[in-house]
Amino acid sequence: MLAPLVDSIVTNRRRRARRHRRVLGLLLTLVAATFVLTLLLGQSFTPPQDILRMLMGEDMPGVAFTVGQLRLPRAILAVLAGLSFGLGGVAFQIMLRNPLASPDIIGISWGASAAAVFAIVVLGLKGPIVSILAVSAGLGVALLVYALSFRNGVAGTRLILVGIGVSAMLESVIAYILSTAPAWTLQEALRWLTGSVNGAQLGQALPLLMALAVFGGLLLSRARDLEALRLGDDTAAALGVRVGRTRVLIIIAAVGMIASATAISGPIAFVAFLSGPIAARIVGNNGSLLLPAALTGAALVLVGDYCGQFLLPSRYPVGVVTGALGAPYLIFLIVRVNRSGGSL
Amino acid sequence: MKPHTLIANGLSAGYGETLILDGLDLIVPPGRITVIVGANACGKSTLLRTLSRLLPAKKGQVMLDGKSIHRIPSRDLARTLGLLPQSPIAPEGITVADLVSRGRHPHQGVFSRWTREDDEAVAAALAATKTDDLAERPIDELSGGQRQRVWIAMALAQQTDLLLLDEPTTFLDISHQIEVLDLLTDLNQTRGTTIVMVLHDLNLAARYADYLVAMAKGRLHVAGPPETVLTEDHVRRVFGLESRIIIDPTSGRPAMLPIGRHRMTASATKEPV
Repeated sequence: MLAPLVDSIVTNRRRRARRHRRVLGLLLTLVAATFVLTLLLGQSFTPPQDILRMLMGEDMPGVAFTVGQLRLPRAILAVLAGLSFGLGGVAFQIMLRNPLASPDIIGISWGASAAAVFAIVVLGLKGPIVSILAVSAGLGVALLVYALSFRNGVAGTRLILVGIGVSAMLESVIAYILSTAPAWTLQEALRWLTGSVNGAQLGQALPLLMALAVFGGLLLSRARDLEALRLGDDTAAALGVRVGRTRVLIIIAAVGMIASATAISGPIAFVAFLSGPIAARIVGNNGSLLLPAALTGAALVLVGDYCGQFLLPSRYPVGVVTGALGAPYLIFLIVRVNRSGGSL
Repeated sequence: MKPHTLIANGLSAGYGETLILDGLDLIVPPGRITVIVGANACGKSTLLRTLSRLLPAKKGQVMLDGKSIHRIPSRDLARTLGLLPQSPIAPEGITVADLVSRGRHPHQGVFSRWTREDDEAVAAALAATKTDDLAERPIDELSGGQRQRVWIAMALAQQTDLLLLDEPTTFLDISHQIEVLDLLTDLNQTRGTTIVMVLHDLNLAARYADYLVAMAKGRLHVAGPPETVLTEDHVRRVFGLESRIIIDPTSGRPAMLPIGRHRMTASATKEPV
């Protein structure tokens, strides 16, 4: 008697899974296409066969510089940073069931950013130690915001408000350090205010890739529990999720990714904040938002960087472009959330 | 279905420094319907949350089948004991079937795929709650009564022998309240599921409970069959309300008529004959 019902449930579940795969495929194609486009087309056009020959190890001085030294590292870094921001951002938004709970709004990116600026300008450090400091500071800020907003458990809105306050403090710390920095570091320093992939080097990609693999893997292994948290903490606990432990793991994973990316590209404005909601629009109710949001993040940074370099009247770092996209959305969201208490 | 014993021993629990439960003892009768009643803020929800381990006990303990509930792995516990909280959250736009399938969470591993058994459990839960026609509808489009049936379906898909529900009839109009309580009674009678729920309406509590528990100030005031629990004396002590108890002609169970200061007949305010 139940057989037809079971069949229709199976059919619908498979249809959702198929749509989810199709969305992933589409986003992957978009990221790959943009990636290739940014390699081919900059100030000048480089034919694909030249790039291939260069990549095969042939000695081609011009291409080796424009593509090998400039465009390729930049594109790789844009993708890695975008994936990290997208994945880390959506994890926070899902966990706290609020699109405003993104790490760039609640101060985590700014914490990593402030630590990196301090390390570079004041301590004169460079290289991996800057990333390590940035990641630790990001985690520290996450813990601080969590602790400050803790009262009989953590309520999403309280955490967001505390986070906005902490962000403002950290931004002023960054502004203070930069104002005392020597003028010739200003170009470099600007990265810590808006985020940029200018002057990317291939050597920076490896640590970021490793961070993404470790923290991203950790996050994806908790994907099912994260999905259960969307039903509320009590319901998730009743379904056998260890809410506290899952939260801590997700925070570590998301902060790790966000802070590592921030240490290299600066806090690329609003990518963590925008990726999840955009992915939610595309995916609908057809499955997990994690991978789609990661790919959306990569596409945002790639496209934003390309626009900033070549499509606008003057050259802008990618953060200016994504910031211009994100700010109106933030206003829209605040207005909407105030009306309806919205969810992701 | 295996009968499970759920026992609270000297249970104290609360939030921060304040104790909301203060040394409560309760034995949940296996295979029966237990209804918890009490004044606002007497600790009913806290009791359900502590019984289901959502809230740790500060003193005393909860024993499930003779084992302390804190020693049972989360997934095993979630396969035996289900809880429907007072205000669960539905992700925006989620369909009924998708939401109900979330109930299968404790039955699946990290990477395990959907099995025939999962789909059958979801189908059975939809059918039992008569929500199968709604399966592909987004839950935000449903009425309050339908939505509550869907949440119960999710708890059913979890296939637990024990089911705790925190005010499953709040915000429902009277016909939907009866519908939900009848559904839970069906479940108890056909599957032998042990049900523990908090209800506000004393008369519905007396009608549907096998075992009625009245709480006051974080303790168990009195428990037993509705006939012995719903008395004028207990209503006065638990709710601070004068009342008259009659026998409900539709169910043969006791029913409570409150006595207020206004609109009373002369005989109501006098001692009953």
